[in-house]
Amino acid sequence: MLELSMHILDIAENSIRARAKLVKISIVEDSAKDRFSIAIIDDGEGMNRDTANKVLDPFFTTRKVRNVGLGLPLFEHAAKTAGGHLSVKTETGEGTHVLAQFMHSHIDRQPLGSMSETITVLIAGNPDIDFLYTHKNDGRIFTLDTRDIKKELEDVPINNTEVLKLIKENIEEGLNEIGIKNNG
Amino acid sequence: MAKIKIEDLKKIKDKVKAETSLRAGDRRVKVTVHMGTCGIASGAREVMNALITEIEESNVSDVIVTTSGCMGLCSREPEITVEIMEQEPIIYEYMDTNKMRQVFKRHILNGEVQAPFVLAKGAERTK
Repeated sequence: MLELSMHILDIAENSIRARAKLVKISIVEDSAKDRFSIAIIDDGEGMNRDTANKVLDPFFTTRKVRNVGLGLPLFEHAAKTAGGHLSVKTETGEGTHVLAQFMHSHIDRQPLGSMSETITVLIAGNPDIDFLYTHKNDGRIFTLDTRDIKKELEDVPINNTEVLKLIKENIEEGLNEIGIKNNG
Repeated sequence: MAKIKIEDLKKIKDKVKAETSLRAGDRRVKVTVHMGTCGIASGAREVMNALITEIEESNVSDVIVTTSGCMGLCSREPEITVEIMEQEPIIYEYMDTNKMRQVFKRHILNGEVQAPFVLAKGAERTK
């Protein structure tokens, strides 16, 4: 896993398995504080304290097909390597809140990668789930809310490939406007 | 701030309405891209994007794309499952964007299973 946008896709997939209805992905880049933060907040099933204590252990997983669960441990590793940390706040029935912080200028901070691909893949695979993506770069903000798009589309599915293309281009353009390079 | 243009969405809406009135019984093929940690780390996102682009460019509306988790064969990721109606599902292994385009054109559109990339036949189980 070499890009932050890949980790984001991976953690958001966890939210989807936890039957979330709304997944909020929020990225804040602050050059004055030299900080890069990523929050993934869902309204899914959440976890009890016992499970929550074990999620950062790579040899813990809730799945039966294999004995390892690397999503959160890899994300935590990426944060720690870049002078940051990762925290998971959750409670049964209360959703899960994953926050990862990085030193923005750290040489080992992974590049963001393609958020437009991450978001379109999430929407394409999960048309019934809503995603709210906000990206702040030193006060400039880009927002994409699938609830707004669905309202306009009425009965046209949001995973229609033309709609997906429009969303992808919108993210690329929007990130460009706030000074974010979508691929690096 | 870049906003999705409402006119653009309306255009798509009108087009989709015109198309669906011409065609009945869509959803001929379902393609599942395995999107577990292992899949993502080995390139499933790029594979899925290549697939979405192929569908968009070929103008077909009876192919649906979805994602699933890991089925335990992490070393053979990226994997996809192609299910054509009333046919046995085919699971492909070690996918990349080029193989994805080939599978789309030859298998999904023309019905020729791309044997060199096949991992297994039959339904997947992800638990």
